[in-house]
Amino acid sequence: MNGRAALDRFLRTDPRDVGCAQAMEMLHVYVDMVAAGGSAEQRYPGIAAHLRACGPCGEDFEALLAAVRDAEG
Amino acid sequence: MIPVNSVVDEIPARPDPESAEWIRVLAVAGPQQEAALARLHEMLLRIAQREARRRGPRLLIGGPELEDLAYQAAADALMAITGKLGQFRGESRFTTWACRFVILEVSAKVGRHFWRRPDVPLEAEDWDRLPGRFGFEPAQESEWRDLLAALRRAVDTELTARQREVFVAIVVNDVPLDALALRLGSNRNAVYKMMFDARRKLRAALAANGYLDDDDSGRS
Repeated sequence: MNGRAALDRFLRTDPRDVGCAQAMEMLHVYVDMVAAGGSAEQRYPGIAAHLRACGPCGEDFEALLAAVRDAEG
Repeated sequence: MIPVNSVVDEIPARPDPESAEWIRVLAVAGPQQEAALARLHEMLLRIAQREARRRGPRLLIGGPELEDLAYQAAADALMAITGKLGQFRGESRFTTWACRFVILEVSAKVGRHFWRRPDVPLEAEDWDRLPGRFGFEPAQESEWRDLLAALRRAVDTELTARQREVFVAIVVNDVPLDALALRLGSNRNAVYKMMFDARRKLRAALAANGYLDDDDSGRS
């Protein structure tokens, strides 16, 4: 990805984005669905849009998913 | 931004058997509760240690300080979980719900540590670092110079003072969003919303002036 594409991607906003508070409130539900192989992105498009755009929430999502997968062994 | 409350209401609040067992043993004082608390703490600490070790080096945290952060995060998460057991509605597994607390505790504590670094910029604005943030190659400067100059103009003319402050801190000075929220006495959600509005305004300005495609589908 070149600089122009990276800047364009960064500046784009998704109107479905639910914001940090609601994404974090539902994070455990979303993560369980992802871990189970469910279609979390289709079920919760607003959370998926947020996790793609928000660095800290995206990092928390990845961390919780890793923890759940580890626990499943 | 859209709410997800309607989605939450649709989820059946019936814990799976394993989650129901966690709730049962944690709810009543006694040896079973103590054993469950010990198991839960062990799990939370393991996750906190891994997350702290993963995130720590980026913020120059290490050694005993990092271990202390992990122990504190696990302890605070355990306290939050036991205090909020009644709020567990069974929409996920109990352990997933519980682990969320410790992940968020580590995030918050790492954010606080950011300001202990000696090299933290906030007031200074080093716009020369902006090309590197987005991967613009110095060799092709003639191709992106006008675009970034237009971006900088838009930051000065299109954003409110608060939006500008947040944009410069996060994008130009590379301050983590959680750390900035602490400094501003705000929270992650409010700062993200400010950045969301700033991004939308800046893209619209760049598109209106022909620097980016005039495509407002708005979906990344």
